[in-house]
Amino acid sequence: MNRFERQIKLEGFGNIGQQKLRDAKVLVVGAGGLGCPALLYLAAAGIGTIAIADGDSVSISNLNRQIIFSERDVNKLKAEVAANYLKEKYNDLHIETINAFLTNENSLQIITKYDLIIDGSDNFETRYLINDACVLLHKPLVFGAIFQNEGQVAVFNVSRKNITSTNYRDVFPDPPLPEEIPDCNITGVLGVLPGIIGVMMASEAIKLLSGFGKPLINKLLFYNLITNSFYETEILPNINATVTAPITFEEFTSTNYNLQCKLVATISWSEALTMKNQSQNNVLLVDIRELHEQPRLDDIEYTNIPMQELFNSTEELSKAENIVVFCQSGIRSVKAAKALADTFPHKSIFSINGGISHYKKTATNK
Amino acid sequence: MEHIGIKVLAFGMIAEKIEATEFYLQHIKTTDEFMEYLTEKYPQLQGMKFTLSLNKNIINKNTAISEGSVVALLPPFSGG
Repeated sequence: MNRFERQIKLEGFGNIGQQKLRDAKVLVVGAGGLGCPALLYLAAAGIGTIAIADGDSVSISNLNRQIIFSERDVNKLKAEVAANYLKEKYNDLHIETINAFLTNENSLQIITKYDLIIDGSDNFETRYLINDACVLLHKPLVFGAIFQNEGQVAVFNVSRKNITSTNYRDVFPDPPLPEEIPDCNITGVLGVLPGIIGVMMASEAIKLLSGFGKPLINKLLFYNLITNSFYETEILPNINATVTAPITFEEFTSTNYNLQCKLVATISWSEALTMKNQSQNNVLLVDIRELHEQPRLDDIEYTNIPMQELFNSTEELSKAENIVVFCQSGIRSVKAAKALADTFPHKSIFSINGGISHYKKTATNK
Repeated sequence: MEHIGIKVLAFGMIAEKIEATEFYLQHIKTTDEFMEYLTEKYPQLQGMKFTLSLNKNIINKNTAISEGSVVALLPPFSGG
């Protein structure tokens, strides 16, 4: 008897399917709501090598859906915690951790090492980046995403005889504008939704790698948790897909995946802090996150005005000539900066790129 | 036979914006005509990115819509 007896017994899977999983190297991008359940099932199924890429740390509000993590893991690196957890369960699993977010500088070198990529990220920037890298490197991509009570799953970049491969840009050629993107903190989610979608992603990966069943190649599946309904559609190659996608490695590396840059002035932490140091009184640094959001910064001077309160605080804001806003990841702060720019047309308003998550990153990289 | 027109399904933020997950329409002959109707009836969709699927096939160019067809409005999701 062995760990995989029950699936080896399965008609159409067998020892051959198991061996294919054993030989496979899978990269899971994001150990979050989708990544956690996907990782658990990929590891349990006997995937030989699993890499986990995530630059984030566990926070207490992750625990309703990111089921690998416990209360004692708060503030620890997600990729590390997840890797240790899986390694403890299955000693023969070869596991790799990448404690970083994927960027257009690091992703080609990372993605090229794996046979299949699972996109469990949580923002359009990363989704387009992973998609384009997988297209350039001809890597199969299992895509999953959620919005409130709905989820999407697809398998991109797989060609079969008589079938041309399609990718995310064949469905959605260009990323949406920042104002179309729901506020990452206000949108609620039941933990079971990314659970269902994440397990479906693992299922598609297992099917594709082992040659079992019919993976969602060139199909996009929608799931609605409220109504328990599914909707599946065929994806066809889209001529518009190639217009904006990078077609060489050089183009990829120089593509600006930062959706926010096009609309409001975004600056880095070092630019913001330099600005603040040079004209102390004229620069107001504002954390627009809710008061409970972690981590807080304790080594620099700033004001905390939650996004909803911004327009009740115009008196305080009007004192500074330059307002620099930041949030957790740089999405809300772009919206806030746009709104402030409308309210204070004569002031200079900036949003800090990547928000708190980038601050941590620069601090830990030193 | 009863005149059934076309059925429209809306997902994600599109369903939120138009405050419906499905509705029925009549006298629409092409996807361009449909898009024109949609943006006029729901100005809140202005500038939003979504893809059309006609009878479970994603449509990238103007296509004829026959009676009894199902058109789906598919927005991208990014959450994880």
